[in-house]
Amino acid sequence: MVEVAIVNYGVGNLKSVKRAIERAGARPIITLSADDVAKAGAIILPGVGSFKSAMEGLQPLMSTLREAISRGKPVLGICLGLQLFFEWSEEGGGVGGLGLMKGVVDRLPSSVKVPHMGWNTISIESQNPLVEGVPDGSYVYFVHSYKANPEDPGNIVATTVYGVKFPSIVWRKPLIFGTQFHPEKSGGVGFTMIKNFVSMARR
Amino acid sequence: MLSKRIIPCLDVKWGRVVKGVKFVNLRDAGDPAELAVYYEEQEADELVFLDITASYEGRKTLIDVVERTSDVLSIPFTVGGGVRGIDDIRDLLCAGADKVSINTAAVKNPQLVKEASDIFGSQCIVVAIDAKRVLKSERPSPKGFYVETSEGEVWWEVYIYGGRKPTGIDAIWWAKRVAELGAGEILLTSMDKDGTTDGYDIELTRAVAEAVNIPVIASGGAGNPHHIYEALTVGKADAALAASIFHFGVYKVRDVKKYLAERGVPVRL
Repeated sequence: MVEVAIVNYGVGNLKSVKRAIERAGARPIITLSADDVAKAGAIILPGVGSFKSAMEGLQPLMSTLREAISRGKPVLGICLGLQLFFEWSEEGGGVGGLGLMKGVVDRLPSSVKVPHMGWNTISIESQNPLVEGVPDGSYVYFVHSYKANPEDPGNIVATTVYGVKFPSIVWRKPLIFGTQFHPEKSGGVGFTMIKNFVSMARR
Repeated sequence: MLSKRIIPCLDVKWGRVVKGVKFVNLRDAGDPAELAVYYEEQEADELVFLDITASYEGRKTLIDVVERTSDVLSIPFTVGGGVRGIDDIRDLLCAGADKVSINTAAVKNPQLVKEASDIFGSQCIVVAIDAKRVLKSERPSPKGFYVETSEGEVWWEVYIYGGRKPTGIDAIWWAKRVAELGAGEILLTSMDKDGTTDGYDIELTRAVAEAVNIPVIASGGAGNPHHIYEALTVGKADAALAASIFHFGVYKVRDVKKYLAERGVPVRL
């Protein structure tokens, strides 16, 4: 059975992601160990904790993570996990990110209630293996205060509007994916994406 | 577009759902996890579990309920009732709750809201406010947040300990305060309306929704889909919580959402 490493860098609900991975037919491992991450067939950066605490938690794993990415191992960043892919975030006074995608993370506009909490729709802008079988305009569950601003439009798979239009799904070739929403909390639509991701780990 | 949320609320005691639940086709209508799945299938957007056990042994039962529910549910759920501090919040989140709601503990120690949102993130810290109307002519507000109503100028007083103890605190002021401290959401219950099924306190809901820049869940008084429509439109709430109208099977969540959609309220269907 393929193993999916869920990187445990913050305090929060990791159980829902874990269960979704199990239901998709893989074995989830909640871990901060470089060995576990190196052995896993795919890696999830979950949406728990703050940007700063997550980057600190990732430090011991950095070389393992970069190596896995250079070998084309699938990575899924959820919520905060998506934001970590970028170069810098203004959360917590300004913290450097993984720099896997060009651009910065900033706060949602003050013209709307923050956090953006609840079900909103995604507009799929480019086809992508993660959204296979996901209808355009599907509702997914968001809860976040910050958003990514990719410099390369090629990173954008789907967008959502809340005060402004922001990327709700990003990717970098071949298999780095990020969702600003929580697929593990987004009912059947979210589960389709989890299954798509897990199936990439098998290939 | 961000949809308005419909949130059934389940009262849980000793690991069982207690408020008169009359469902058909359920193996065990008292099992929170089974009811949760039933509501997810009904297209509920979220769920709230309110634990009314309030004892140490009861907490362990609650953790078990949260774990079993998160195993089977793929929509978010909030757990509240008797949450005293950081350890309680951590236990519930780690057991699989998406958000934890705090009420009395926040009033007694407002810094808990800040500490909890710093550690766990604002998104999972809900502050529940139980509020009751006071006429200005009978007793003025300590903070002066008045709303003109048909009864004259009113304010709302915060109650704690499950609505048993008045605090003298102005609910609108308190809502603004907890938002500043880092609360991610406010669960606002009208004690005047709770249990009446004659509609939410729209004036309270609107006053709080306009006072803060975080989402507000209206609670207390829902008796039919029109009440929910009013709370989400006139009341400007981001979400509506209801218990008895769903539990007694009078309305299904989907029926309420259809009613709202027909009237132009964005809902997930």
